[in-house]
Amino acid sequence: MTNRTDRIAALKATAKERILILDGSWGVMFQHMGLTEDDYRGARFADHKGQMKGNNDILCLTRPDRVSELHNAYFAAGADISETNTFSATTIAQDDYSLDLQSVIDINLTGAKLARAAADEWTAKEPHKPRFAAGSIGPLNKMLSMSSDVNDPGAREVTFDQVYIAYREQISALNEGGVDLYMIETITDTLNCKAAIKAIMDLEAEGMDKLPIWISGTITDRSGRTLSGQTVEAFWHSVRHAKPFAIGFNCALGADLMRPHIAALSRIADTLVAAYPNAGLPNEMGEYDETPGQTSDAVGGWAQDGIVNILGGCCGTTPEHIAAIAKAVEGVKPRAPQSSPHGMRLAGLEPFELAS
Amino acid sequence: MTQSLSSFVNIGERTNVTGSARFRKLITAGDYAAAVEVARSQVENGAQIIDVNMDEGMLDGALAMTTFLNLIAAEPDIARVPVMIDSSKWEVIEAGLKCVQGKAVVNSISMKEGEEQFLLNARECLSYGAAIVVMAFDEVGQADTAARKVEICQRAYKLLTEQVGFPPEDIIFDPNVFAVATGIEEHDNYAVDFIEATKVIRATCPGVHISGGLSNVSFSFRGNEPVRRAMHSVFLYHAIPAGMDMGIVNAGQLDIYDEIDPELRKRVEDVILNRNPDGTEALIEIAEGLRGQKGKAIEKDLSWREGPVAKRIEHALVNGITEFITEDTEEARQGFERPLHVIEGPLMDGMNVVGDLFGSGKMFLPQVVKSARVMKAAVAYLDPYLQAEKVELGTVDQSNGKILMATVKGDVHDIGKNIVGVVLACNGYDIIDMGVMVPAEDILDKAVEENVDMIGLSGLITPSLDEMVYVAREMQRREMKQPLLIGGATTSPAHTAVKIEPARSNGACVHVNDASRAVGIVSTLLSDEDRPLFLETTAAKYQRMRDARAGGPPKPRLPIAEARAARYTPETPAAPPPSYTGTQVFTDIDLGELAGYIDWTPYFSSWDLAGRFPQILDDEIIGAAASELWRDTQVMLQQIIGQQWFKPKAVIGFWPAKRDGDDIKLNTGDTFHTLRQQMVKDNGRANFALSDFVAEKDDHIGGFAVTSGPEADKLAKEFEAKGDDYSAIMVKTLADRFAEAMAEYMHQRVRKNLWGYDSDEALDAQALIKEKYAGIRPAPGYPCQPDHTEKETLFKLLDAGRIGMQLTSSFAMTPAASVSGLYLANRESVYFAVGRIERDQVADYAARKCMELRVAERWLGPILNYDPSETV
Repeated sequence: MTNRTDRIAALKATAKERILILDGSWGVMFQHMGLTEDDYRGARFADHKGQMKGNNDILCLTRPDRVSELHNAYFAAGADISETNTFSATTIAQDDYSLDLQSVIDINLTGAKLARAAADEWTAKEPHKPRFAAGSIGPLNKMLSMSSDVNDPGAREVTFDQVYIAYREQISALNEGGVDLYMIETITDTLNCKAAIKAIMDLEAEGMDKLPIWISGTITDRSGRTLSGQTVEAFWHSVRHAKPFAIGFNCALGADLMRPHIAALSRIADTLVAAYPNAGLPNEMGEYDETPGQTSDAVGGWAQDGIVNILGGCCGTTPEHIAAIAKAVEGVKPRAPQSSPHGMRLAGLEPFELAS
Repeated sequence: MTQSLSSFVNIGERTNVTGSARFRKLITAGDYAAAVEVARSQVENGAQIIDVNMDEGMLDGALAMTTFLNLIAAEPDIARVPVMIDSSKWEVIEAGLKCVQGKAVVNSISMKEGEEQFLLNARECLSYGAAIVVMAFDEVGQADTAARKVEICQRAYKLLTEQVGFPPEDIIFDPNVFAVATGIEEHDNYAVDFIEATKVIRATCPGVHISGGLSNVSFSFRGNEPVRRAMHSVFLYHAIPAGMDMGIVNAGQLDIYDEIDPELRKRVEDVILNRNPDGTEALIEIAEGLRGQKGKAIEKDLSWREGPVAKRIEHALVNGITEFITEDTEEARQGFERPLHVIEGPLMDGMNVVGDLFGSGKMFLPQVVKSARVMKAAVAYLDPYLQAEKVELGTVDQSNGKILMATVKGDVHDIGKNIVGVVLACNGYDIIDMGVMVPAEDILDKAVEENVDMIGLSGLITPSLDEMVYVAREMQRREMKQPLLIGGATTSPAHTAVKIEPARSNGACVHVNDASRAVGIVSTLLSDEDRPLFLETTAAKYQRMRDARAGGPPKPRLPIAEARAARYTPETPAAPPPSYTGTQVFTDIDLGELAGYIDWTPYFSSWDLAGRFPQILDDEIIGAAASELWRDTQVMLQQIIGQQWFKPKAVIGFWPAKRDGDDIKLNTGDTFHTLRQQMVKDNGRANFALSDFVAEKDDHIGGFAVTSGPEADKLAKEFEAKGDDYSAIMVKTLADRFAEAMAEYMHQRVRKNLWGYDSDEALDAQALIKEKYAGIRPAPGYPCQPDHTEKETLFKLLDAGRIGMQLTSSFAMTPAASVSGLYLANRESVYFAVGRIERDQVADYAARKCMELRVAERWLGPILNYDPSETV
């Protein structure tokens, strides 16, 4: 399956047959590798100003071996989809490390190629279970809907155009590097996400290959809203113009607290529903204690109840967690998306619907 | 509201600068904190969607939209509802789309600028994730009939769903709610058109929604809230079942359908559903009694219908009511031996009452013009009988008097002449109107051919004064004895006395100050009894004027060298260079936006209603007439904007320029010549010339030509053909206002962007009218530079012919509703009047312009401080 069109067809076909498995956390895995500042800098950034350790995305360029190693670990654990190591690879997010545009493009391009190579390798090895590379598009450290100044509610650190351009650069590099789908993930501000969606739609209108989009928001706490204040339904109304391949939530919550929101999405979304919770909530040391068994018990139940199509793990999850989840949902029928007739669905922080 | 309204989404207008005066004030004053509170209370009061509109001429709409939306995004109790981003400008819409995380509605896009732009905008809306309101508006204009509404919406639906992939449920069609009961028959079916179109669109474009601006339907009852509320409720009562599911209306502007007074409701329903050809009149009758009331309808006052036919005709004429005039005229005809007697009897009697009331200041010009409309309808009805009788008896018409009227050669301005013509016609005079740009020979030939009793000349620009003198001279030569009447903005009793009257000795020359004087003067001149005394007193008056002028010493003037030494030297350096040099044509001008720039005070004065707007509407004496005119004007204004009656165009140019003495030299090799004040000033002030405001090097000058386009003249002709002089005059007067508004609007764009020397300017309409801005836009032919011939250079540089503008032989601009001038950016530039100038400057000026002295003296005639016929 060297042809991307075929791979996308296979991805869609597989999603109808079974629950797809996404990989798990990357941050915690890199942490466990005990990488040093020198590992992060490599030759290319040996003389770069400031600290580079902690900039996991740079490892695509400086330690590509360790990145490939993680893709392999997750594919070996049973993941169908592995994400590129490009969560923060935009000029805006990489500004913290003073990285220039070319380096940012290189991270995305290389990150996509590493994921592509790993996926192709596994597909060749196990043709009955094709593997896919998803281009990770993270939320940025700057938000478009939230004030950057407590004294001025109208203040913004970035403009829509700046965010749009940053995402555009990332997306075209990911596409060129060969990913099978995009994952706009850990969305804290829907407007940032909409800038990414617009970048994709515009690039496609300009002739770029069309790829499936997976949109994954983040419900930050028990309020049941995104950080920028939207309810689950409002969030869905605000992004469904992307005609996403999948919609879901990740991060911030463990499986138990995430369930009602996934259930809510499942009722209204006429597309695949995806979830990749954290391994519970962090303890006082900032570590995640939930065991693979605990996680897989919880999300396995969702599969049984027919509310999800794709499952994986976020912060604190490991290949063991992924293997456990894959095992738990084996043979379970995926949720069947329903397209019920709808009216005009608008949203502010809350949803509004006018029947047609 | 009734139950049936519950599925209807009501979009408030309180955060809409065009819908809420309060919000507009807050935003223009920059009080965003209070503006946010307006949004909050709107949501607290149950708004399901908030409409945000920042389309105010003086605002940077995109910036205001961004600022406001970012602020309300921080207020969870406001941000919980979706936003409707409302603007006629795409840039403002796009700025709004970049601020909303939720799913918004864009209001609106349309096929106004063609399919390509429409598809482009729709794709953008889709990629931003917004629903859209699509106006039933295409390249031809705004849809008025049901068929057009349906056709446009179906075409848009097909394009959106098939070519853009737009979800049908995210399309909201606005098939245009237009005003009904305007008195114009073509408007009567507008509400029915909307309702019928709504049914068809909902049936043939599955999934879509229908919206509309409800308040439009009751536009002609502005100021009469009880009637408006009833109209809105009745409209919705019928439009909602047809499929209208969204609308812009303030909840306070609705009544409960079942609680509307049954008589009012029936009449409103007749109007909305167009069930009764006399429905408008019937509603107007009870409307007056409801004004300012909250509740019950009063008895309709049709008591005047009980009087004898002559009284009824008089009432109809005085009140401008056409509704019953045909039946009354027929009744009168049956009572008289000859149809002519109806005209000579009750109709003329009625018009005499109108004339008396007008003469005594109890009726005003717009009302008289409306009376003329009634008169014309009556005469039109009688015409077949008159013709039949003429054939039978072989008689010839007799009239009170026959008057030929014309705007002289080289001039195109005719609003004043038309008004005088209508007023005179109302008073039973036969008017032969030869139109505009009529050569003297044609005027006089026609006068002979028609054996007219007198000739009326009109003109607006100063060169027309000379042409009038020429007509007088020719009358002398051709031994034509008819009185010559002179009128028009630049004419004056003094000019008539000093220049025109001496040109002939065989007949009277009389200046007519305004339309209200015309009838009195004409009737006096035609009366053998009154004429001698009148001519005697007029001649004596003019003689006194000539004496006063000739007798006094000429005003002291400085020699030109001394005046130049007293030139003004600005301290401010030259403004930064403009954003481009050369010329640029602008056709993307929104009439709705322009309307915000209209200065209404001159509009009323062109109807002989003097007073500042808006105070004039409450004036003790003319307030009622002014308000009535204002209401009629608003109805037409809405049509002009909605159906794009005018196609305004502008061309703006900038060129590197420098001062060279009293001239302004351009890098193109062209020169603008300017004239310097020569009056002796004892206040130490400078003797200005426009060139003073241009630096000696590295400066720029701008030029502009703007026009409302030729459409107004065509429309006026159509109205005239229908006997509706009232609307004909109104459309021309409004075209003039739009041209002036465009001059104001483009000057602001020049200051803020195109030249950009004052990009921070934030002036409101009042400040603009008071000319508080920096820099000036003097026009050739006006006091700063009284020489009209300078327009030739300006038009050549701008290539103004590209936008359909031409100059006549007298340098009047065509179309008449046009404005042109220069832009001077130095912030110390001021408007001034050159005043009278001396021979030394004129000789120098003529030499600089390579013009013969006597030609220069002719063009500068009105400002010469000496008599060019006297040799030195």
